[in-house]
Amino acid sequence: MTIVGWLQISLLFLFVAIAIKPLGVYMAQVFEGERNLATKLGGPFERGFYRLAGINPDKEQGWLSYTLAMLAFSLAGFVSLYAILRLQAYLPLNPQGFPAVPADLAFNTAVSFVTNTNWQNYAGEAVMSHFSQMAGLTVHNFLSAATGMALAMAVTRALARSKVSTLGNFWVDMTRATLYVLLPIAFIIALGFVAMGLPQTLDASATATTLEGAQQVISLGPVASQEAIKQLGTNGGGFFNANAAHPFENPTAWSNYLNIFSMLSLSAALVYTFGRMVGNRRQGWALITAMAVLLITGVAVTYWAEAAGNPILTSLGVDAAQGNMEGKEVRFGQAMTALYAAVTTGLSDGGVNGMHGSFTGLGGLVPMFLIQLGEVLPGGVGSGLYGMLVFALLSVFVAGLMVGRTPEFLGKKIEGREMKFAMLAVLILPLVILGFTAISVMLPFAVASIGTAGPHGLSEILYAYTSAAGNNGSAFGGLSGNTLWYNSTLGIAMLLGRFAYVIPVMAIAGSLAAKVKTPASAGTFPTDGPLFVGLLIGIILILGGLQFFPALALGPIVEHFAMLAGQTF
Amino acid sequence: MINHLRPAITILFLLTLVTGLAYPLAVTRIGRALLPQQAQGSLIERNGQIVGSRLIGQNFTSDRYFWPRPSATSPDPYSASASGGSNLGPTSAKLKERVDSDMKRLSVAGIAAPVPADAVTTSGSGLDPHISPDYAAAQVARVAKARGVNEADLKALLSRLTEGRDLGFVGEPRVNVLELNLALDEMKS
Repeated sequence: MTIVGWLQISLLFLFVAIAIKPLGVYMAQVFEGERNLATKLGGPFERGFYRLAGINPDKEQGWLSYTLAMLAFSLAGFVSLYAILRLQAYLPLNPQGFPAVPADLAFNTAVSFVTNTNWQNYAGEAVMSHFSQMAGLTVHNFLSAATGMALAMAVTRALARSKVSTLGNFWVDMTRATLYVLLPIAFIIALGFVAMGLPQTLDASATATTLEGAQQVISLGPVASQEAIKQLGTNGGGFFNANAAHPFENPTAWSNYLNIFSMLSLSAALVYTFGRMVGNRRQGWALITAMAVLLITGVAVTYWAEAAGNPILTSLGVDAAQGNMEGKEVRFGQAMTALYAAVTTGLSDGGVNGMHGSFTGLGGLVPMFLIQLGEVLPGGVGSGLYGMLVFALLSVFVAGLMVGRTPEFLGKKIEGREMKFAMLAVLILPLVILGFTAISVMLPFAVASIGTAGPHGLSEILYAYTSAAGNNGSAFGGLSGNTLWYNSTLGIAMLLGRFAYVIPVMAIAGSLAAKVKTPASAGTFPTDGPLFVGLLIGIILILGGLQFFPALALGPIVEHFAMLAGQTF
Repeated sequence: MINHLRPAITILFLLTLVTGLAYPLAVTRIGRALLPQQAQGSLIERNGQIVGSRLIGQNFTSDRYFWPRPSATSPDPYSASASGGSNLGPTSAKLKERVDSDMKRLSVAGIAAPVPADAVTTSGSGLDPHISPDYAAAQVARVAKARGVNEADLKALLSRLTEGRDLGFVGEPRVNVLELNLALDEMKS
């Protein structure tokens, strides 16, 4: 680790810290229906959309109706995306003449993009037509993120309001998130990306004759527009197989900053929006502080582990000064790769600028563990906020047990019903991740997909289900996931990770909304101070992380000691 | 659920038009108008022929050129339509064997241990356009001999083309291999 590396890392956090308040205020205005420049420009479109769709924007929905609307929208998105992928050979903008995407891969990909996971069992430049990339994948980069933001707003209103039965209108929240938040910001970022060197063209490729006389076919496409929303919506699905390690997705140190900034700033700002909408800005900052402490710890551990290098290669005579460079780009180095890896998994982004599967044992443990914590640092845009609120409820409940008082959060009494649903949500991740991993390691054809034997092989499978259930999308890429088994089971893991998590959360929201918001008294445990932040961090680590420890001990931790001992597999 | 289907399908269709067609096509149009070079992939032409992209690495094996990092793309190294890394774990026996054999190849070319890490590791994209200044410096003697040029002239060229950190700390020191080799061809030998 070097001072320069830490300066590089600090600059990113400085940018994000500056952006949190203005972005947070802007989003609060959008979701509370205040008028601004964007709503003036987009208002006629928005109202026209509602009229065509038969939506009454003034009619609010209860938690069940809101959830059903979200499910209907996700189902429609899945069906249409599946159809586009299967029919791409007959659709326009297919200059490479790609055939239909096979059924199991199309299922996996459609689920992946609709659930905001963006796990990719395919190499974008070799499988997807421009039409599939634009009208299929780019669209769901917007809509899955807007869906997450809408759900977060519903949960926020449940805590902001007193004795109500409605949480807002899903169609209005989702449409506003798309038209007024994601679209204008993505547009600006996309143009910035073009200026930095990301291609944006409908041509398929350029053919170069190299200096040594060989032919090099260079894949091109509408990369910048997809990269912008890929990050902004914490999606992470790359245009190219190598994702943001590819120089066309991420050509310079500055584009690397813009990539990370785009994914981190909206999610962090949404927490500020929450604080503002519930009328307690300190609460927003308290949650942001807990997230930042854990995230920066994650960056530090990865950076330290990767900068130390791989002793197996050092013993062969490789200079350790550059650290572990396998799977990393020279222009990013260790600090900016570690930063990307921790942020992309603390969020539910899943894009990568270096190959996590080639990280050292502990360096690779961190991204996996950050996803297993539930992606709340600060998590996917929207999904991170409601995930964090579940942990906040659990924290006040544990605090309430310690002192023997009925727990309260923001004036709402937390009782048995909320706790049952909160535990149901929290248990989904370990059930899906550990369950599918355990089954896979017992099936010879599933084990045959691993790329590196030994403990790393277990890590590859564990990471795959972690990434799918957490709706992250990054991978230990040694695993050949494009098989019937992994396409299907990872698809199911993504569905459960998204919907089996959010339905109980929405049930909590419905139950909280109906309760009276009581003013704080002398006996109320303050949830916006350092004591609560510490408790929250502890609850996240214990309830979110501890159950994964045995599996992690057999995978990345054993691998770390094998690496130190010079053992290969 | 049924009464939600009409809004679901209608809104999906309308937002597909906005985000899936209008948005990328508008960015494409504006990008081509304002930044044609970048929008087309930062291609480099020499004598009217495309020789590569400034951002994409290409393979060099001749002693007359500086070599890039190893690349894990298939079927050939630096296949710019099939990006990807080796994805080998740190304890992989294959990784150890590959690095070992690359070390031997470099040692024949006059590069002795300790070897800069980027010289024997594959990048995440397999298309890394850069090498570290250390790895470039280690190749100067070989290239100078093959071309019959002065080592001091080569070193001067190298230091001119080495990119440093912006503002003193942003980015890593690096050399673009294709640009370096193009400049090499321009040099009088």
